[in-house]
Amino acid sequence: MPMTTQAQVLELLDSVADPEIPTLSINDLGIIRDVEVHGTGQDIHVVITITPTYSGCPATSVIEADIRDVIGRAGIQNVSVKNRLQPAWTTDWITDRGRQRLLEAGISPPACCASHPLPDDTDVVCPYCQSHNTQVLSRFGSAPCKALWRCSDCLEPFDYFKPH
Amino acid sequence: MNKILEVDQTRFELLLRLGDNALILGHRLSEWSADAPALEEDIALTNVALDLIGHARLWLAAAGQAEGQGRSEDDLAYLRDVRDWRNLHLVELPNGDFARTMVRQFFFDSYHLLLLEGLACGRDTEIAGIAGKVVKEVRYHLRHSSNWVIRLGDGTEESHARMQQALDDCAPCVPELFEADQIYLDLESLSIVPEIHLLKSEWEHQVSGVLAEATLQMPEILSAHTGGRQGLHSEYLGYILAEMQFLQRAYPGASW
Ligand SMILES: [Zn+2]
Repeated sequence: MPMTTQAQVLELLDSVADPEIPTLSINDLGIIRDVEVHGTGQDIHVVITITPTYSGCPATSVIEADIRDVIGRAGIQNVSVKNRLQPAWTTDWITDRGRQRLLEAGISPPACCASHPLPDDTDVVCPYCQSHNTQVLSRFGSAPCKALWRCSDCLEPFDYFKPH
Repeated sequence: MNKILEVDQTRFELLLRLGDNALILGHRLSEWSADAPALEEDIALTNVALDLIGHARLWLAAAGQAEGQGRSEDDLAYLRDVRDWRNLHLVELPNGDFARTMVRQFFFDSYHLLLLEGLACGRDTEIAGIAGKVVKEVRYHLRHSSNWVIRLGDGTEESHARMQQALDDCAPCVPELFEADQIYLDLESLSIVPEIHLLKSEWEHQVSGVLAEATLQMPEILSAHTGGRQGLHSEYLGYILAEMQFLQRAYPGASW
């Protein structure tokens, strides 16, 4: 049986999609804190630590199940998924590739750094025409992570991934 | 050894208070689902409800561990009788009209945010960790409810009158927010919770700022509903629990 490394597990995790926004992998979302590989062969045990996004997000339990599934299909049955709450997840952890993938899916990525307690949404880009002339329609959207915006140039409504 | 047990019992009480407030208000807000005045608001209120129910899961799971009797978050949510609930009277108030829902939310969000900010810098690392996570969501809730208080207060004659009525309805529940019983004082001396007098003065300062902008008057508080933290509730809570707990009571252990 071949050796399994941390890098191989990370690569497997890259095929786990965010259930709410399937164009993003959980790597893109920045929720993987740690991957530990213990033992080899039949005795291998993988421990994956993730930071949940929103407290009430139904995707969290789906992500855990998907992780077990993907690792299990690679022949590793002994998988633990741990939650780490602190420090809290922030949209600042979304990768550059993740931001690019959001744009391609018609979702405007967070416009600013979330470390400021309540960022101003002054620079939200339209994912269709790249205009910055946009306005908020509703601060809450179809998922906990989204708000609903509209472009004042091409007039298309679009989802905005809120800085968090 | 006894000292540790006492601290665990005190932490258990605090975690129940936090979890019960979040769960009962989340349940109340979910009653607006498919019934709000506009689609955007329907989505907003159910999102806030979802956040709060998520918070309740974190707090109640931690409460179950602090208690050490093997009770899960679900056991605590579905199998406790009314006298064992530790939530504030404010969160069990019926929704009323949209104005009352928003005033109740604004009062609670303002309190909730200050409390969580204090817990997040407190000495209990587990409680501070959960608070540091949920506080970000509560900041967003407060922005939403403050905006509505200002828009409706400084709106039409009708909306202004309804908001003023809503303030009258919610005001008797305010004194309870800042009541410190022995459990709270013990937690204060352990630097786990923020000092109650700071919490109160900051709340009054922030709320009066928003109400002034909304051209609304904080009514004089003539009577107060208190005792929620000791399990003394209004009749409303019994109805909420009857609806929320029915399935687990009628079909113990049911899952899907
Ligand atoms: Zn556009």
